[in-house]
Amino acid sequence: MRFYHRLASPRHFYRIAGQWIPWLAGIFFVLLVWGLYESLFVAPTDYQQGESYRIIFIHVPAAWMSMFIYFIMAVAGAINLVWRMKMAEVVLVASAPIGAAFTFLALVTGSLWGKPMWGTWWVWDARLTSELFLLFLYLGIIALYGAIEDKRTAGRAVSILALVGVVNLPIIHFSVEWWNTLHQGSTVSLMGGAKMDPRMLRPLLVMSFAFKFYYGWVLFLRARNEVLERERNTSWVRELVEGKAT
Amino acid sequence: MSEFLRMGGYAFYVWTSYGLAFVLMTALVVSPLIEKKRLIEGIRRKLRRERREK
Repeated sequence: MRFYHRLASPRHFYRIAGQWIPWLAGIFFVLLVWGLYESLFVAPTDYQQGESYRIIFIHVPAAWMSMFIYFIMAVAGAINLVWRMKMAEVVLVASAPIGAAFTFLALVTGSLWGKPMWGTWWVWDARLTSELFLLFLYLGIIALYGAIEDKRTAGRAVSILALVGVVNLPIIHFSVEWWNTLHQGSTVSLMGGAKMDPRMLRPLLVMSFAFKFYYGWVLFLRARNEVLERERNTSWVRELVEGKAT
Repeated sequence: MSEFLRMGGYAFYVWTSYGLAFVLMTALVVSPLIEKKRLIEGIRRKLRRERREK
């Protein structure tokens, strides 16, 4: 409980996030090198798709991140609306560009995979359309936050939008079951296990862990800036700025 | 090596995917680092101005 209270204070959040950053970055780089090695050199050629399927090691972790980050933002939005917690707002706002980037990456890599395998860059099937809608939600949150001058009001507005938009997550997830989609069903699931060669599954999981640590790293970089900006007139930020060489 | 880079004829699709991931993820790290410098400079300048006015 004490830890929670300290994280809720911008000053302590700034300090603790600063201590975590090198670790998150370090673990990310180790996992990334391992994951890339497995993805490009260890995983065997697919008997149907040849080498093109190696896009999966970017596409699927990026798509998972696009939903994971949105879920974190919706939770932060709920916490902010119920307890008026400043740091939840900061986490929400700092996450949005990262989530938008992963959503964009998932869409474009999907397109680059779809062209050689399906013969088309894009179809309006339920999976692709709901993922595109997720990108618009992210962009909407970023735009809405930027459009409102007062940060606390802006924070409350984006909390509501993030929370309302969360209904899109189950739609994305179940779209391949509820509708007839060109997009394939899930190959990996928490309950059902994975229907793929372990030499293909391992890089997929390593890359998705790498992306999680990357998110933590960039989230803290961005959240610290957001804290600095919001607290620019407080004495602790002034002392920090005066004392710092860079 | 060239066999590896060819990706069985799918080089464009595979390497564009990995390349875009690299560009986006690098940009997301670099932009907050630049932003931080800008923020700290801004606050410093404001502090100096206030001190002169006193």
